[in-house]
Amino acid sequence: MTNASLNTGGEAPKRSLRAQDALTKRRNAAERRFKAYGMAAIAVGLFFLAVLAVSIVRSGAPAFTRTVVEVELTVSPADIDAAESQLFKTKAYQDLFVAALDRQLTNNGVEVAFDPKAIERLLGKVGSTMREFYQANPAKVGKPVKFELAAASRVDRYLNGELTRDAIQDSRFMMKTDLDLVDVMVDTGVMKSSFNWTFITGADSGVDNPGGAGIGASVVGSFFMMLVVLVLSLPIGVAASIYLEEFAPQNRFTDLIEVNISNLAAVPSIVFGILGLAVFIQFMHLPQSAPLVGGLVLTLMTLPTIIISTRASLKAVPPSIRDAALGVGASKMQSVFHHVLPLAMPGILTGTIIGLAQALGETAPLLLIGMVGFVARGYPDGVVSGFVDPNSAMPAQIYTWAARADASFYEKAWGGIIVLLAFLLTMNIIAIILRRRFERRW
Amino acid sequence: MDQKDIKFRCHGVQVYYGDTHAIKDVDVDIEDKTVTAFIGPSGCGKSTFLRCLNRMNDTIASCRVEGDIRLDDEDIYHRDVDPVQLRAKVGMVFQKPNPFPKSIYDNVAYGPKIHGLAKNKAGLDEIVEKSLRRAALWDEVKDRLDTPGTGLSGGQQQRLCIARAVATEPEVLLMDEPCSALDPIATAQVEELIDELKQRFSVVIVTHSMQQAARVSQKTAFFHLGNLVEYDDTNSIFTNPQDPRTESYITGRIG
Repeated sequence: MTNASLNTGGEAPKRSLRAQDALTKRRNAAERRFKAYGMAAIAVGLFFLAVLAVSIVRSGAPAFTRTVVEVELTVSPADIDAAESQLFKTKAYQDLFVAALDRQLTNNGVEVAFDPKAIERLLGKVGSTMREFYQANPAKVGKPVKFELAAASRVDRYLNGELTRDAIQDSRFMMKTDLDLVDVMVDTGVMKSSFNWTFITGADSGVDNPGGAGIGASVVGSFFMMLVVLVLSLPIGVAASIYLEEFAPQNRFTDLIEVNISNLAAVPSIVFGILGLAVFIQFMHLPQSAPLVGGLVLTLMTLPTIIISTRASLKAVPPSIRDAALGVGASKMQSVFHHVLPLAMPGILTGTIIGLAQALGETAPLLLIGMVGFVARGYPDGVVSGFVDPNSAMPAQIYTWAARADASFYEKAWGGIIVLLAFLLTMNIIAIILRRRFERRW
Repeated sequence: MDQKDIKFRCHGVQVYYGDTHAIKDVDVDIEDKTVTAFIGPSGCGKSTFLRCLNRMNDTIASCRVEGDIRLDDEDIYHRDVDPVQLRAKVGMVFQKPNPFPKSIYDNVAYGPKIHGLAKNKAGLDEIVEKSLRRAALWDEVKDRLDTPGTGLSGGQQQRLCIARAVATEPEVLLMDEPCSALDPIATAQVEELIDELKQRFSVVIVTHSMQQAARVSQKTAFFHLGNLVEYDDTNSIFTNPQDPRTESYITGRIG
């Protein structure tokens, strides 16, 4: 009955399912367009990521290699006595080195006349290095020793083409003629490129010695700082979130706290830096430049991030789980710790890793509490001094290098970024493995 | 029926959600070893009243309960009463099956564990088996006690929740529409189970299905708009309702 009346009224033309009408076509086109936008966005993102990765690796890779001169020589006890009896002792040692180098070049069939001073310009204070070595290792006297000496940064830059012969102005740092010696040493294999362990393991050097600069000490500084941040911010943040989310009454005061926490997450980090300077150093008299203080400052900065993400993941746990726990007679605390918290753990870990990653890359607050690059002159002696001795952190070290005049430090800065990213990646991988373990479905 | 003990004695119970008066002056006595059904249209307050009996309403900040509810002559809203202890005595099964995202074993063992009911692992095993048997689930899951409880079918999950509730040896079992998410076969299984449970417990069940109330309960309370309209033996309610509203509801004219 109803069918009949409908058919007689409209007389709708029968349409095939295989022919798309205008509306469907428009809808499908919109969908295709939207997909294309998404793919384009991902492509652009990947492109920039690739550009970033390539430029970091290209600029940073030279920091991991260095040019060294390898010379084997034997110093007899008589040589030592002779050298020690002279007025300029290190000069005498240097002469021994020059003679050995000359011998080695001659053995390779090259006769080259060079200014002994050039050695100092190319390899730094060879004499004192040797003297210190023999004083520290008297047993090596009279035995063949292979000395591997790092070349000056200008040699590195000359060899990789950044510095041309014409661009060099004769100065006490380098003479045009020194480059003849460099060429000869490279040809004979005396001068070669090797992996720069000093960069990984060393500490910061003076502004005049980019070759000796390493990031190791600041990696240790960052590590101790992250320990402080993790140990303080995770329990405090999670406890605060649990209280606010599960126990606190809903009133104006808790609303106010909530708004303030959200706002704290957006406060510029330098504000936390100056707060740390005022509170931890000037008021509480904690040591300056210490990873402990850096960690405390970064904890303040990380807490809001952790609290916000923890509260969000606690909220996401279905209320039926809480009911179930309460229903079998669990107390509020038991229901939270036995059931809600394990389910929220993946989210909490995600928030923590975001917070820690942020803290790891933070530079500005560290500069204010004195964790600048050049304090990272050595390794801490132990765990306690790791927390309280002056040290720097990776980002501050990178900043310090990037700000130095010598162009060789510039590539150190890029190399430091590679190390920083590797550290960050390691941290993230650990967090992801942990998160996998906690992930459960309900 | 008269010789049975009264488990819950409720007098003049009022419940407010903020300014909303959800339960108005309800008097009801719930007998031991009996299935009592609460029926009524949606929003009539039957679930709210059920949740008063084990103080689950405490978790809702805006909810306020007045009046006198006595379990074995003890006021459960007395200052000194710890709701956690109360809930161990008055178990609850919810509308939607809500097993913990843990193994079947852990689901059942959780309650006994936190209440210290088992002295050792063997004792706990025994409680788990007994509870699962009581919930008519043992034969289906005995070979996979370490698989997640969330992996069971809906009906099995609900029976697991019943096993979890009975594992703590409660005296009263509250069931809030336990079959509304289940198919007819699973419903039949749960109903059969309820019938057995009443040998040991006092069971209070909220249901939307009048057939279910008629099938499983001995006493029925009809709620309407927050009032307890009628409370009597199930037979009388369904065959000879005293109140015209009850009659309209059970014959399908309102609700």
